[in-house]
Amino acid sequence: MEAHPPSGLFRPPAYVAAQGGMGALRVQDDWVRQMAAVKSGDRAAFAEVFRHFAPRVKGFLMKSGANAAQAEDCAQDVLATVWQKAGLYDPAKASVSTWIFTIARNRLIDMARRDRRPEPELLDQEPEPDQADVYETAQENLRLVAALEQLPEKQRQLIRRAYWGELTQSEIAAETGLPLGTIKSRIRLALDRLRLRLAEGSATTTTTPDFPKDKT
Amino acid sequence: MIRHHLSDDLLMGHAAGTLPEAFGLIVATHVSLCDECRARLMTYEALGGAVLDTEAAALADDALERCMARIGGQEAQPRRVASATLPAPLLDYVGGDLSKVKWKTLGMGVRQAILPTSRRASARLLYIPAGQAVPDHGHRGRELTLVLQGAFRDETDRFGPGDVEIADQEMEHKPVAEAGVDCICLAATDAPLRFTDFLPRLMQPFFRI
Repeated sequence: MEAHPPSGLFRPPAYVAAQGGMGALRVQDDWVRQMAAVKSGDRAAFAEVFRHFAPRVKGFLMKSGANAAQAEDCAQDVLATVWQKAGLYDPAKASVSTWIFTIARNRLIDMARRDRRPEPELLDQEPEPDQADVYETAQENLRLVAALEQLPEKQRQLIRRAYWGELTQSEIAAETGLPLGTIKSRIRLALDRLRLRLAEGSATTTTTPDFPKDKT
Repeated sequence: MIRHHLSDDLLMGHAAGTLPEAFGLIVATHVSLCDECRARLMTYEALGGAVLDTEAAALADDALERCMARIGGQEAQPRRVASATLPAPLLDYVGGDLSKVKWKTLGMGVRQAILPTSRRASARLLYIPAGQAVPDHGHRGRELTLVLQGAFRDETDRFGPGDVEIADQEMEHKPVAEAGVDCICLAATDAPLRFTDFLPRLMQPFFRI
């Protein structure tokens, strides 16, 4: 069995290096590749995913009000779900962190008996994710992580507390001290691309796709 | 064409999983109809992923083994199909299509059906005949109204299919259903409505509106 085939999942253009984001991007690339291996039943790859994400899930759960024992148990459960649902992970739609966050959030809602969270209608899943989308999703995630890191500590803490369930909805709505403007400027970028992709997605179901095969 | 969208705090709350269930139902239903808000929601989930990366706690030494021991058979994946009249999230609450809604008459042709949610906020479907006004009402809390069919107008604007009106505490408004098609809305509020007319206020305890 090949450990980690040097697959060209991402073909980053030259400007990425100029932005100084290659190191971090390679890490994103690694997790996407690990998840592809997990999907095909690779236990060694899963062990790596587990070692990285299980402590983060546990940390998130403890910050969200779970005690250490509950959080330990629930984190193991979340990672078991990651293994079982690996086939549903779509790297064009979400980074591995984002996907695992949504699983942890849903488990937390069950565990803490929080209000049920109605799920939006599911989008159709592409059988093979578009590699340009996979790359863009990883890029956007990096921008969000960077935006969060660059915030003043007080504001960063507020964002985190919103996700840990420590802010009331009226506190979030009042946006007192919440740097949603900063986050929104990053979100706008993601939105433009996603809107385009979603629009394309609906267009291809009604019209005959006409993809240019080469650009020479 | 949807013109009235969800606010950032609602999308963030839904991504964080902290909204009252009735508000979550509005968000999930609107997102099912609106690609733009779906994209915004996905980005707030990505922000959740970024938050996940900021905090770690050590696990027990045998955590991986215990996790692997839990892995059993593959879970079945439920797949919901939208109906012609109701978006998928609502189908779950109604228990079927629009024909399955158990309407209760409120008078003047207005009907409502309260949906089963947690008590932090209430959700109901409202049926307002074309051209009919909903009694003047103010709000003690927040009221979200999503149009599913037809349209209504109030002092602020026109709201058509897919549009969400977010009415806060200060707002007193008098929505009127447009002529033509009867208007069906999903409304959620985190406080009982207060009607400015005497009679509807008397009716409140009976109808839980």
